Amino acid sequence: MPVQGYMYPNEIELAWSVLIVLYPFITGLVAGAFILASLERVFRVEAVKPTYRLALLTALSFLLVAPLPLQLHLGHPGRSIEMYLTPHRSSAMAMFGFVYLWYLMVVLLLEIWLDYRRDIVAVWQQSTGLKRLLYGALALGSKNISEAALRIDERVGYVITVIGIPSAFLLHGYVGFIFGSVKANPWWSSPTMPVVFIFSAMVSGIAAVLLIYMFSSWYRKQTIDMRCVDTIARYLFYTFIIDFSLEMLDLVHRIYEADESFRTLDFMVHTRLYFSQVVGQIYIGTLVPIGLLALTQLFKISEPVRKRIYGVAGGLTLVGIFTMRWNVVIGGQLFSKSFLGYTTYKIGFVAREGLLTAICLTLLPLVILWVLVKLLPPWPDHQALASTATAPAHGSD
Amino acid sequence: MSRFQDSEHLLRVVLAFALGTLVFVLARTFLVPQSFGEYGHYRANAMTEIAAKPVVFAGHQTCETCHVDVQELKTKGKHAPVNCEACHGAQAKHADDPGAIQPPKLDTATLCVRCHEVNGARPQNFPQIVAKEHDSAGLPCETCHQPHSPRIGAGAKP
Amino acid sequence: MKIDRRQLLLLLPAAAVAWDAVLAGTPEAAPNYKLTEHWWGMLVDISKCIGCGNCVRACATENDVPEGYFRTWVERYHVSDYDLVNPVVDSPDGGKQGFPPYTETGGKNFFVPKMCNHCAESPCTQVCPVGATFTTPDGVVLVDKEYCIGCRYCIQACPYGCRFLNPKTQTADKCTLCYHRITKGLTTACCEACPTGARQLADLKNPKDPIHAFLKTHTVQVLKPSMATGAKLFYNDLDGSVR
Repeated sequence: MPVQGYMYPNEIELAWSVLIVLYPFITGLVAGAFILASLERVFRVEAVKPTYRLALLTALSFLLVAPLPLQLHLGHPGRSIEMYLTPHRSSAMAMFGFVYLWYLMVVLLLEIWLDYRRDIVAVWQQSTGLKRLLYGALALGSKNISEAALRIDERVGYVITVIGIPSAFLLHGYVGFIFGSVKANPWWSSPTMPVVFIFSAMVSGIAAVLLIYMFSSWYRKQTIDMRCVDTIARYLFYTFIIDFSLEMLDLVHRIYEADESFRTLDFMVHTRLYFSQVVGQIYIGTLVPIGLLALTQLFKISEPVRKRIYGVAGGLTLVGIFTMRWNVVIGGQLFSKSFLGYTTYKIGFVAREGLLTAICLTLLPLVILWVLVKLLPPWPDHQALASTATAPAHGSD
Repeated sequence: MSRFQDSEHLLRVVLAFALGTLVFVLARTFLVPQSFGEYGHYRANAMTEIAAKPVVFAGHQTCETCHVDVQELKTKGKHAPVNCEACHGAQAKHADDPGAIQPPKLDTATLCVRCHEVNGARPQNFPQIVAKEHDSAGLPCETCHQPHSPRIGAGAKP
Repeated sequence: MKIDRRQLLLLLPAAAVAWDAVLAGTPEAAPNYKLTEHWWGMLVDISKCIGCGNCVRACATENDVPEGYFRTWVERYHVSDYDLVNPVVDSPDGGKQGFPPYTETGGKNFFVPKMCNHCAESPCTQVCPVGATFTTPDGVVLVDKEYCIGCRYCIQACPYGCRFLNPKTQTADKCTLCYHRITKGLTTACCEACPTGARQLADLKNPKDPIHAFLKTHTVQVLKPSMATGAKLFYNDLDGSVR
């Protein structure tokens, strides 16, 4: 039965679809991947260095796709430029355009450019034809790769990463605020929402880079740097504990205070949202991966088994964080603001906001990453560029 | 000078950003609608555009300018607070061109029960009937009740 | 028709007022409407609503409201004895075709018309990212359908469920308090069509408006006062069970 109890007539059809679930999931991966990269650059965690460039390219691939679910959702996507022309300062959503542009241009692109510049110039100078034009454009026409210039790049890159960390928090935190500041919706309205979003973003981003690194090493028949993945898994574990604690705090607080909205939300979690919230998010998506990671932290486990555990834990983590976004966005619309009823989410398949669209948008960043990896190889072994570079190696990368 | 030379590539970036910002600021003057910001963070013309929409219901004052006799009858009866278009439907088109557009004759058999059929949620003091019992012959209500002054014996004959 | 002198004396002033209204009824003419002289609201008297659905139909006719969406709707409540927390509520097609006869006995039963509350501290205008929905200087919350991008944030932010996405314009839509009528001296379509006077347009800035006397002499409430929205839709005789 579509509607159970009473819904206000205009509430029966959900206003925000799976595409709005996808947007915070994607920007979360961006923020999380970037934080992992900053672990090496700012916090000098040497062990994760092999994933530094890969994390940045992963962040970029997902960031490029991030506006697409929003554009497909809008009633008038052609008018979205209005967010730049007349942003309404009281609206958290109005920040989107500027925060996105800031993060894309000033943080991500600039940092990637500065880190890759030497390699870009090297490829430019050995290429011919279209490839030469492309890499020349990427270098912005500058051949400036002297020692002094590269030292400046290193310094500027450091500053950008330092700025990038709060920027990453802002990029994803404001999305949490978009939900957390809606007093009309008790499932969303909470001061912890931006914080929960940020920590779950970090969890998903770290897990994504872990999986992509392990997969690409296997695919390229390179040995996985175990010190690297062990460190990543450790950070994933700690961040996950914090994330889970925050969500449990919210839950315990709701159950204890049992305010006007509690009965209806409690009923919803036990019925319409049971599979995605309790089974999907909590059991499969949080407790199992935390448990698996805890095993690797507490016991000495052999390398091949550890790899498998990381793979499974990483995959389940991504499922868990996706279902968390689902439970927030869709869950917040399944119950009536009258607290007297529930509706159902009817998702199409081949539709503008359908399941097929969501699947394509989730896979598109991986396609883009594949292209980026061809253009700007991030591999620590430098196999792709070593044969083309003629400039002497300037110490370790 | 040599220091400037070492960061020359960064200056290209700064230049690109500056150019982009300039283009944006200039484009804004063309793209932001003229009346935006006059009263607040919105297009002031939107108010006048919405206000200019033509009306569909004429409003009882308009009906009363011509249908004086009906109005006189109504003011004395129980249906005094009931506006004309509550039963006759939207008639702005008829008010604009009374000769050309005539409102259809109403079917009292279905119209009256919409308000007066008994319903537990209606206020107790509101006149309600069970239509089948009230009129077992199935006659239209206006057979006995003059709609503009419905109490039997109160107004002119139907 | 024959008019005697007495009737003429009664007729003329009425005709003059009506003629003004007729003139005001033409779409172009409303030059003497000053934004700063009005602060619009509405009064709904629960003790008078008979659930006929005239208001829902009139609004749909006046404003071209698409089928299945509602700028206004009527709810029917059944409250059993003292249990205010579990009312049984229904609103078949928003009450557009009235309500089927009610078989429930006992408890309290009543109708509650709902619509946009035209909040003075409106949470929906606060969240619009581009400035497409706004509160006019005379207190009406409107949507600029030429500017709205259709993000649906305002629909999420409204605590009363009065907004929807219009499938034809692909923009947010809701009750406009018949802005195109009230600026011409007419009342809203729903008030015009209401047979019992359960709905009354109110101009809070007009000292002669009957709402001022009404507010002084009756027990009046707004919906969800804890949300502090500054709602200007006032209900007389609103039961505690109403959500």
